[in-house]
Amino acid sequence: MSTFLDRRVFLEQGLRLSLATAAAGALPVSQAQSQDAPPLVSKGVEGIPTEPQAKTDLASQHRAGQAFSNYGMPSVHEKRVIRLIGSNRMVLGNGVSWTPLESLEGMVTPTGLHFERHHNGVPEVEPARFTFTLHGMVAKPLCFDLAGLLRYPLQSRMLFLECGGNSNAGWHEEPMQKPVGSFHGLVSCSEWTGVPLSYLLDEAGVNSKATWAIAEGLDAAATEVSIPISKLREDALLALFQNGERLRAENGYPLRLVLPGWEGVRQIKWLHRLEFTDQPVMSRNETGEYTQLLPSGKAEQFDFVMGPKSLITSPSYGQTLGTRGVFEVRGLAWSGHGAVAKVEVSADGGKSWSTAHIDGPVMSKCFARFRAAWKWDGKPAVLQSRVKDDQGNIQPTRAHLVAQRGRNGYFHYNAIVSWAVDSDGTVRHVYA
Amino acid sequence: MERYVMFMLKRAQSVLFTQAFFASLLFSAASLTAIPAQADSAASRPTPMGKPVDAGSMVQFVPNIFPTGQGLPSGMGLAKNGAVLYQAQCASCHGRKGEGGTAQELIGGEGPLNAPDADKTLRTYWPYATTLFDTILRSMPPATPGHLSHDEVYSLCAYLLSENGLWAIDQPMGAQELAAIVMPNRNGFIRKFP
Repeated sequence: MSTFLDRRVFLEQGLRLSLATAAAGALPVSQAQSQDAPPLVSKGVEGIPTEPQAKTDLASQHRAGQAFSNYGMPSVHEKRVIRLIGSNRMVLGNGVSWTPLESLEGMVTPTGLHFERHHNGVPEVEPARFTFTLHGMVAKPLCFDLAGLLRYPLQSRMLFLECGGNSNAGWHEEPMQKPVGSFHGLVSCSEWTGVPLSYLLDEAGVNSKATWAIAEGLDAAATEVSIPISKLREDALLALFQNGERLRAENGYPLRLVLPGWEGVRQIKWLHRLEFTDQPVMSRNETGEYTQLLPSGKAEQFDFVMGPKSLITSPSYGQTLGTRGVFEVRGLAWSGHGAVAKVEVSADGGKSWSTAHIDGPVMSKCFARFRAAWKWDGKPAVLQSRVKDDQGNIQPTRAHLVAQRGRNGYFHYNAIVSWAVDSDGTVRHVYA
Repeated sequence: MERYVMFMLKRAQSVLFTQAFFASLLFSAASLTAIPAQADSAASRPTPMGKPVDAGSMVQFVPNIFPTGQGLPSGMGLAKNGAVLYQAQCASCHGRKGEGGTAQELIGGEGPLNAPDADKTLRTYWPYATTLFDTILRSMPPATPGHLSHDEVYSLCAYLLSENGLWAIDQPMGAQELAAIVMPNRNGFIRKFP
């Protein structure tokens, strides 16, 4: 029977585990392998496992290296770690690109791999001509240029950002067989730095009868959504920086609304105005789309918070386990309600659970990276993870979620993800 | 909880400022650039950087159009004009009869919404007709958004709503008429907020 082990097993045995990722088709990292620590071999793009080099090539020590670069790029050997794009063939700027979660480690998403969801392309916004306007039910309509915004006290927070439609293939009748990033990769985690919006609300003097603000982007879809003012006061950021540098164009340059823990569609990119009102605008993206139809025929609207969710990124679909032995099960957990409190893992489809180790620091509304040592006996297993957050919310099973919400909900899918490991070491997505 | 943390942080900051103040008294000659103590919270607010907005710059904004009709511009449209516009500007993505294509279905859809494969269409699902005007005016067609006149958008709304059996085909449509339409699924939504 396969079992979860105390994490110290790795230290005691002095093992070096290797990881290969499906998208990268990369080499196993480890040079010295014991029978207890078999490599997790990728099928690679051509479906051929790559063998480890017998010996390190030391030739680079006898050649002058490359010159400095003004802006660093990933290694030329990691070119296959990319966002895969799914877009409308008539409107190329309408669609998504997925973060390749299966190829990444830690909890920060590289900025260039942050997922995208655009409704009509990435606009080119000229910073010198950019203004951000507050108007509607305010004492003083105000506009701000970027130099003005940069004068305010800034705040940095590590936050996950997830599309409300992430993982929606989970509603399908049959389990989709794709790498974890192409299934669940409309979620990323960054450090966002910006102006707490509450400062500007005080300055404009928001009318006490106003309850909503309509946020609008400068994209060609002029994407607009309604946001409760209570959230804007509580913890909204006008983000100017992502992971230390000014926003990338595709993440909202020069200004993005960041609403910790809330669905991505609310976190308007290229934000240029907020209109304060006493009613929601009922835009397309909060009525016809991004609402969840229930089995009763009624639909839930303004369900803002992304629920507790976790998934195993390794082993996952597309990877193949080598010989039996000890593996590190690795994954991500997060919750829009607060901080990750506990992650458990199962190798028997949820019959028994073990507590996973969580890498710190654990922060509210942020990714947490979890790990568990697992001894695989070579027999079929079903790997699962489940998260509990510090507000008491628990990730549901798929059966529970479907029983509650039917299969037409489409948005906010956060059920437990199951990977079946077959006796030949291949990993499939299953509903368990 | 977070508010409490913020409060504690602010307190901690004011303690630091107070300490800085006393330190500056002791070392006044060397502390010309020290951060001064903040006697009251008003003085510690950020320097306001907002500039007054002139009405002219707000006129340029695409209006946000609310279910009450607030934001709807003046204008008038007819379904027969909308039919011509639809074929020229919309059919390539939404289908010649609005049956959908690379973009969503606009004409048709059958209830009920509690069926296993319910149709979430304009007719069966969308709660407000004003959303249709708002969406077309601000974002359609995707290749050239923002170029349709208000009369043209009213005409497209009249055409799509009449093809869906929600508007009389020969009746002119303006702001009042559009805002007065009660869509079939008006009461189909449960608000999780407020």
